[in-house]
Amino acid sequence: MKKTIFTVFLTLAAAMLLITPHTTCAKDLSGQLEIFSWWAGDEGPALQALVDLYTKKNSGVEVINATVSGGSGVNAKAVLKTRMLGGEPPDSFQVHAGQELIGTWVRADRMEDLTPLFKEQGFMNAFPEGLIKNIGTDKGIWSVPVTIHRSNVLWFVPANLKKWGVKAPNSWDDFLTIAPKLKEKGIVPLALAQNWTVNHLWESVALASLGADNWDALWAGKLAFDSPEGVKAWELFGKIIEFTNQDASSLSWQQATDMVVDGRAAFNIMGDWAAGYMSTTKKMVPGSGFGWAASPGTAGQFLFLADSFGLPKGATNRDNALAWLAVLGSREGSDAFNPLKGSISPRTDSDLSKYNDYAKSASADFSKDRIVGSLAHGVSANEGFMNDFAAVMEMFLKSRNAAITAKAAQQTAVKNGIGK
Amino acid sequence: MHNKDRIKAFFTLLPSIILIGIFVYGFIGNTFWISLTDWGGVAALAENPVRNYAGLTNYIDLFTGFLGGGFRQDLVNAVFYSVLLLAGAIGIGMFLAILLDSKPRGEAFFRTVFLYPMSLSFIVSGTIWRWMLAPQGGVNILPEYVGLKPLTFRWLSSTGTILEFNWQNLLQLALYLISFFLIIAGLRWIKHNPNRALKWLLPGIALGGFAWLGGDLLPKALFMEETHGFNTATFGIIAATVWQYSGYTMALYLAGFTGISQDLRDAAMLDGATNTDYYRHIALPMVRPITISAVIILSHISLKMFDLIFAMTGPDNGQTGHPALNMYLTTFRANDFARGAAIAIILFLIAATFIIPYMISSYRQRRAGK
Repeated sequence: MKKTIFTVFLTLAAAMLLITPHTTCAKDLSGQLEIFSWWAGDEGPALQALVDLYTKKNSGVEVINATVSGGSGVNAKAVLKTRMLGGEPPDSFQVHAGQELIGTWVRADRMEDLTPLFKEQGFMNAFPEGLIKNIGTDKGIWSVPVTIHRSNVLWFVPANLKKWGVKAPNSWDDFLTIAPKLKEKGIVPLALAQNWTVNHLWESVALASLGADNWDALWAGKLAFDSPEGVKAWELFGKIIEFTNQDASSLSWQQATDMVVDGRAAFNIMGDWAAGYMSTTKKMVPGSGFGWAASPGTAGQFLFLADSFGLPKGATNRDNALAWLAVLGSREGSDAFNPLKGSISPRTDSDLSKYNDYAKSASADFSKDRIVGSLAHGVSANEGFMNDFAAVMEMFLKSRNAAITAKAAQQTAVKNGIGK
Repeated sequence: MHNKDRIKAFFTLLPSIILIGIFVYGFIGNTFWISLTDWGGVAALAENPVRNYAGLTNYIDLFTGFLGGGFRQDLVNAVFYSVLLLAGAIGIGMFLAILLDSKPRGEAFFRTVFLYPMSLSFIVSGTIWRWMLAPQGGVNILPEYVGLKPLTFRWLSSTGTILEFNWQNLLQLALYLISFFLIIAGLRWIKHNPNRALKWLLPGIALGGFAWLGGDLLPKALFMEETHGFNTATFGIIAATVWQYSGYTMALYLAGFTGISQDLRDAAMLDGATNTDYYRHIALPMVRPITISAVIILSHISLKMFDLIFAMTGPDNGQTGHPALNMYLTTFRANDFARGAAIAIILFLIAATFIIPYMISSYRQRRAGK
């Protein structure tokens, strides 16, 4: 009897010794890491590069890549909401940095403050100050940006512009002078596509009309939408819409870019993912095949959007998630991801030799321009406002009445907590 | 013994009753409760969100609020969409069924071909129709193949509206519609039973007259002018849905026609009826139950239509919006749960006004038939 008890004890002790994790080595992470994103299609290889980098540093962790496909995360966001409401948050999820995250999750007290991580990893110095201001609140910093895209870019084909005898406009007044001439030749002055691309155009026009200071004041609630400046922005927008293609709402953004490439349209305002489309899919050379400039009237202003990852409260593998966030914000991580995705790194010290010509020019702009947050891509306004803004835009497109639309926009802003 | 059977039946049904009670009616009740709160906006996704009772504010806001204009247009779209879908699908289905009823050669082949579109997913057919209706290509350049000029209708990107009306005059319009139906009903009876006809005609004319003359006295449904109408952009969506469901109604009618005994048809032919007479006076009245069930099912489908519109015109197109799409965006994109719940309950009530009278009448018929 005594012998049996002794053997049992011995086996149990031996088993416990084997199972107990090493507490001496603090860096040895184990377990799983579930990352949730919508990078399933073209961005898949870029995400895989990041995952590989992470696994190299933390070989004990099994990375579960839970992607939900669907452009700009329409489906992923709905799935994420049901998961969070159901109490099983992923360890880290992709989200547009800025108000889209803050308005939805931070205000609901679901995210952890990442300021300690930022200080520990030196992100406070690596990211530009304007960026950190836009992605945090006074209560903390809520996500680690992985990529930066620019929204206010004007695309054109230099050879075509020379053929038609026009130059890329520096301001919207310039554009309004050359547009009628282009229209007479049967060329669409500004190519436009469906739904969200109209919002995308609006923010470039509004930024040009308001200026960067007023733009920031608008989203901080200090400037009303139906103030004279706000109404002027809508009026300018109305004049510009006259020179876009009539079948805009049946085109995807790639088809609008195609119009510029084929020579049926002169200009297109689109984010810099158009550079990736034109160089990779259309096989054009940046600089000679296609050209770019800051959208008219916004030179020196970088209207940014950032994909980022955050840390939800109650994540099951918190340490693994923190290690993941550290990899994302590091120089190695962002230089592994961004060249493959076609965006630029949020760090000021990225290795520019890995990027193409457009990215080099954009990175240079990012370090010196005034950084302002995009509306159409979730930095400046929360999701409730974005949804209602779509209705406001529809109202404008139908009525073309700047005063009423500005009033509706103000009402929407008040309803969603921006402005009083 | 009868009692024992009833008890056994009850216990067999009990699991289903419990499950339906929780997952269908329980959740409908939960949605209704949510629509009476103000859950939404900034801290909507917190672990314990703040939800205050707000009564019928959400409903009032949807129908008379400034920002509910999109919802009102979606309702108008849904009404026109349902009416035209019913007319199109039932009309074309009936026509095809009559053609196939005369058992031509290759009837089985044609039946399969016509029924096939129904098996496609809406996303697939929506995407393909979207390409076909692109203004620069597709359907618009078909006439070029026979030497005519290409069409210039902008299909899904058109911004025209027909049958425009001002939402403020909604009450007046409703009275017009009611008086119109009363007059039509009266005219139907005028040949056989003039007294009964007058019972319908007089109120109809009175209401119509009142609405016309005293329209300004009626309360306005909205504080400002808001034009709504039938957006011509929905033509493309209606065409796609009719294409997809005509085969279904055709199959229903074909089954109905084959169910009519051949003797009846022979007798009619012997009595000198032409084909048209046969269908008009004998076959179609006999398949009335099928028409009614087709109306119910198609109106249900049109009220819940989401994927086709999402695939064809995307989520933010005000011209072709639909309440079901609006509800999804309000709830899952704007996190405005209470308002989304209100839209869902309104859709539920509209669907119920179609289904419940049908179920009551069919229940009564069955009881009478026993």
